[in-house]
Amino acid sequence: MSKLAELTKGLWKENPVFRLLLGMCPTLAVTTEVVSGIGMGLSATFVLVMANLVVSSMRNVIPAKTRLPIFIVIIATFVTIVDLVMNAYAHDVHKSLGIFIPLIVVNCVILGRAEAFASKRPVFDSILDGLGMGLGFTLGLVALATVREILGNGTWFGMPVTGEGYTPFLLFVLPPGAFISLGFLLAGMNSIENRRKAHG
Amino acid sequence: MAEQSIIAIFIASILSQNVIFARFLGICPYLGVSRSLSTAFGMSAAVLFVMTLSSAITYPIYALVLKPYDMEYLQTLSFILVIASLVQLVEIVMKKATPSLYSALGIFLPLITTNCAILGIAILNINEKLSYAQALVFTVGSAVGFGLALVIFAGIRENLGVRHVPKVLQGAPIGLITAGILAMAFMGFAGLGQ
Repeated sequence: MSKLAELTKGLWKENPVFRLLLGMCPTLAVTTEVVSGIGMGLSATFVLVMANLVVSSMRNVIPAKTRLPIFIVIIATFVTIVDLVMNAYAHDVHKSLGIFIPLIVVNCVILGRAEAFASKRPVFDSILDGLGMGLGFTLGLVALATVREILGNGTWFGMPVTGEGYTPFLLFVLPPGAFISLGFLLAGMNSIENRRKAHG
Repeated sequence: MAEQSIIAIFIASILSQNVIFARFLGICPYLGVSRSLSTAFGMSAAVLFVMTLSSAITYPIYALVLKPYDMEYLQTLSFILVIASLVQLVEIVMKKATPSLYSALGIFLPLITTNCAILGIAILNINEKLSYAQALVFTVGSAVGFGLALVIFAGIRENLGVRHVPKVLQGAPIGLITAGILAMAFMGFAGLGQ
């Protein structure tokens, strides 16, 4: 696969949110506003890239039997860094993401990439893969958050977009709205994908 | 939450603050192993078992080791290591001591390490400043809530399998929409146990 393909496969073909259905908990929980969706997405991207970098550069040293605990420790280290840095410099976002920052550790996207990709591939490819997957995850979060924030609150990035006459449909920022919006977004993706297959 | 009574915490953690529908923890196994009722029961039992054990162990680690020595920043790292090794340990002990239980729950155990509800509840126990007894009740309640949500959902999904679902909605989309409607039903419990 070319270098460019390593980067772009995470955006659509293997998008972690829409195609692989990984990392569902933060996806549903933090997408009430676009801002916290981006905060979550970029934190996960940072952890993904750094974890892939370290795992890939140590792939010949890590013994196969103890690899999973070692991966988890590497991931947890970067998650702790994100947690502390965010708490210091982006306190509001840190507060709205709450418990989901430490939970990046158990985000299956990250452990999955370390296991399936970084532990077998050269360093540069792994960085591109981490970056692509992270951006794909961010893209998924932003798409879902856009739907929920506009319908549920009438704003996008905090700016009013729907005009005076719109009564915010509160359900969309509540938990049921998260499940339902993601369900319909996935259905939309499926229908685009089906059409693409039919034509090509 | 720390000032609520034990009973209020228990009821709220099952219904109004359900771990799936209100806190969004453990969605992956919720969507993954809900295809049949029997696996849903197995997974719920395994989660109840591991979650209770892990909370019972991580709480004292925080209170007796991390906090007195000002090492709170190691919380995430130490908790996930404890949970991962605990799951391994449970698997080995169960295989040796109770083979019948192992054959029922064994296949779910490796999946549990990446169940964010386990780590999530362990962290919430600390963040919400619960006492040890409150933490244990909260954990058991959350695990029961997880089981309740999973079993209801699996029952509905078994039925969905024989219905005509539009092609684009098949699989995950209809599952998520069903979960949304269930979450709406659980919102009816809002205020209970406050």
